[in-house]
Amino acid sequence: MELSLLMYLIPSLVMFGCGVYGFITRKNMIAILISLELMLNSVDINFAVFNSYLFPGQMEGMFFSLFAIAIAAAETALALAIVINVYRKVKNVDIKEITKMKF
Amino acid sequence: MDSVGNIIMYVVIALAIIVFSVLTVTTSKILRSATYLLFVLLATAGIYFQVGYEFLGAVQIAVYAGGILVLFVFAILLTHRPDAKSQPLTSEKRWLGLSAAIAGVLVCGYALIKQCDVVSATLGSSDVTIEKIGQALLSTDKFGYLLPFEAVSVLLLACIIGGIVIARKR
Repeated sequence: MELSLLMYLIPSLVMFGCGVYGFITRKNMIAILISLELMLNSVDINFAVFNSYLFPGQMEGMFFSLFAIAIAAAETALALAIVINVYRKVKNVDIKEITKMKF
Repeated sequence: MDSVGNIIMYVVIALAIIVFSVLTVTTSKILRSATYLLFVLLATAGIYFQVGYEFLGAVQIAVYAGGILVLFVFAILLTHRPDAKSQPLTSEKRWLGLSAAIAGVLVCGYALIKQCDVVSATLGSSDVTIEKIGQALLSTDKFGYLLPFEAVSVLLLACIIGGIVIARKR
């Protein structure tokens, strides 16, 4: 039995589906961010796996996931700063309670 | 032909990814959700190691599992009581989310299995050494990445300043 490209794409697909489900159903802002991380992560897997299976001599997909990881880190840090700031003002991180853009 | 150990590792990683990503979005306690996310990220690093990208796997563990997860735990502990549970879902929201996720997974899975012929490709031999990665990151040639590298450094600086400005006490 050989490990083919498909066998890595299936877990990544399931991970993306879970991310979509969590992004729609969750009400907590931090939980929504966690679902977003799941989706980003599955896309990174796809880049790396496609690169390594279809174009073994090149490194483009690997660099793309490398930069995607760096940008995801920056995005998460900023988003969590915003969440903490909102919590200080509203004492809540539920998206149903946060209806105003300006306080 | 892959070795038996490789296949066993693959099965463990794939099962861990599937089980823990489902648990991440279904558990009602937010801190547990962050912990399950940690396991998903570590399993992803396992995939990177398995396809031969050791550097990418190390970055995944250091940045995601080490950095982002700690940020998540800090933010959760700052904004929740330790025993906080999320409110129960409304059924229409759950129905919408489930249908979107299952429809997406089914369409993509069908397209992958039935319509694509590249998915049966097997792993070629690639040697991605640290030396090659360093040369490519800092070169300005055709396959050089100096410009995005510098752009990311500026982005990280902007992110540090933005984080301080947004989250400081006023």
